[in-house]
Amino acid sequence: MSQLLQTRGLTIKKGNRILCQKLNLTVNQGERWGILGKNGAGKTSLLYTFAGLELPLHGERLIMQDHIESLSRREIAQRLGLMLQDTPDPFPATVLQTALMGRHPYLSRWQWESQNDINLTRAVLEQVGLKEFDARQVSSLSGGERRRLALATLLVQSPPLMLLDEPTNHLDLHYQHAMLNLLQQHTKKEHAIITVLHDINHAAKYCTHALLLFDDGTSLTGSCQAVLTTDHLSKVFNTQIKKHCIDGKDYFYAT
Amino acid sequence: MISTRLLLPLLVLILFFSFIISLSSGSMPLSSTDIIRSLFHPLPSSTTHLILELRLPRTISAMLTGALLAVAGSLMQVLVRNPLADPYVLGISGGSAVMALLAMLAGLGGLWITSSAFLGALFAMLLVFGLTHARGSWNPMRLLLTGVVLAAGWGAMINFILTISPDQNLRGMLFWLMGDLSYSESNTSAAVILFTGFIFCWPLARDLNVLNRGEQQASVLGVDTQRLQLLLFFIASLLTATAVVQAGSIGFIGLVIPHLIRLLGVTDYRYLLPAAALAGGSLLMLADTLSRTLLAPQQLPVGIITALLGIPLFLYLLQRGNRTP
Repeated sequence: MSQLLQTRGLTIKKGNRILCQKLNLTVNQGERWGILGKNGAGKTSLLYTFAGLELPLHGERLIMQDHIESLSRREIAQRLGLMLQDTPDPFPATVLQTALMGRHPYLSRWQWESQNDINLTRAVLEQVGLKEFDARQVSSLSGGERRRLALATLLVQSPPLMLLDEPTNHLDLHYQHAMLNLLQQHTKKEHAIITVLHDINHAAKYCTHALLLFDDGTSLTGSCQAVLTTDHLSKVFNTQIKKHCIDGKDYFYAT
Repeated sequence: MISTRLLLPLLVLILFFSFIISLSSGSMPLSSTDIIRSLFHPLPSSTTHLILELRLPRTISAMLTGALLAVAGSLMQVLVRNPLADPYVLGISGGSAVMALLAMLAGLGGLWITSSAFLGALFAMLLVFGLTHARGSWNPMRLLLTGVVLAAGWGAMINFILTISPDQNLRGMLFWLMGDLSYSESNTSAAVILFTGFIFCWPLARDLNVLNRGEQQASVLGVDTQRLQLLLFFIASLLTATAVVQAGSIGFIGLVIPHLIRLLGVTDYRYLLPAAALAGGSLLMLADTLSRTLLAPQQLPVGIITALLGIPLFLYLLQRGNRTP
């Protein structure tokens, strides 16, 4: 199983705060990582640093065995993608056009999107439940539909490593699970995902690994079984978290 | 969309008709047969002279200036991710005009005026972007405010320069400032710059589409945003400066044209850029024709006509922008 992302001694500082201290992380193909932490703990910064959008204070980042600094943006985009929390749309654009942008890193300067690219994009739009939305303006979409469009763009890009920043925001319960299921299916092949989540139970159900980010910048990484304990979680969220077993599955809740 | 494919040929046709209309109207109306004969089989006559020596340079200048401004406006709008951006509104034309006027005042000519105008445009861009970007992310409203205030500042400097200029230069300077195409002499260099700028930015059009979705999204999709934005910055300044040298500061073409083209359903920059060049050329030729004929024999500065078109649109866009943040 090959490594998609590796960090060595990654330290991230923003303003005067150390958000993350000496993080050593290895993400392999087929793994799904959930990042949990309080608001403002630095979850988004962590993802941005993985993606090369922000610079760490110290430490190394390797994307598929190569130092991120040695790769061009285009090469990075062929290896990892990031679903942002929010993308602005100051200009009119259709849903199909927007999702089709996922093909951008694979097209050469003079190449135009082929019929294949369009067919692939249409298929992905169908997967995320935006089948009849091709010609709709992005500005006319609801918050949840926009999230699904952002996911579609990422799935069209389909890089080996997919980073997601709170993908389930604005989604109703049905689509929350549909989206996480879709991601789960995707990682059965050669992909891996790292996603910021708010719901511990989502992490427990859909992730194989978890990264807990504490207030003081320390972190805890490992398999969900090892990391997602009520002690650790209570410390992360600074609130009493308990576990309840229903039908043989553990559910976490705050008291 | 079908209209996307049809649009470019349609715009070429419109450009051609605008060209003929512009050449045929004036103090002495001419028929299109006269024009075509003079252009393709020039015989020494007073009609031929009128067309080739007087009207043709002015018409071509209007076409080039319109195209320069429309392309510059389209590029600036991606750069700031805001459909309200325009070389005139952001004070880029103003900065460029100040430097060009200073060069004129110093008695310099030709290339000196061009390069001063370019430096002025570049400086004005740096100023407005630097002041807005200093605190992190773009805020469209702050950018516009900064641009408008700086434009007012450039306006004050222009007034100062006009005040201290000798009387014999004054009328010419004033007309040039308000947008006047009658002094244009450097059509060839304007054409070369328009062409070069276009050759540089058209291959980047797909990157521009992605950049429209924000800097981070573009980076993640493989665009080297820093280099791209720097390049846009230079090309937009160069195009604006060339337009200013050509015809003074003509406002709102860079605002109206991209908006019009988006209204027609074209949002892909691979179509939008050539469409903007064609439509900008047509619009300014027609506006110039109006400015020559509306109050003939009195000639109006063409900037007045474009402002009449642009200001209502700007206000409308601002209103709409406020409603859907």
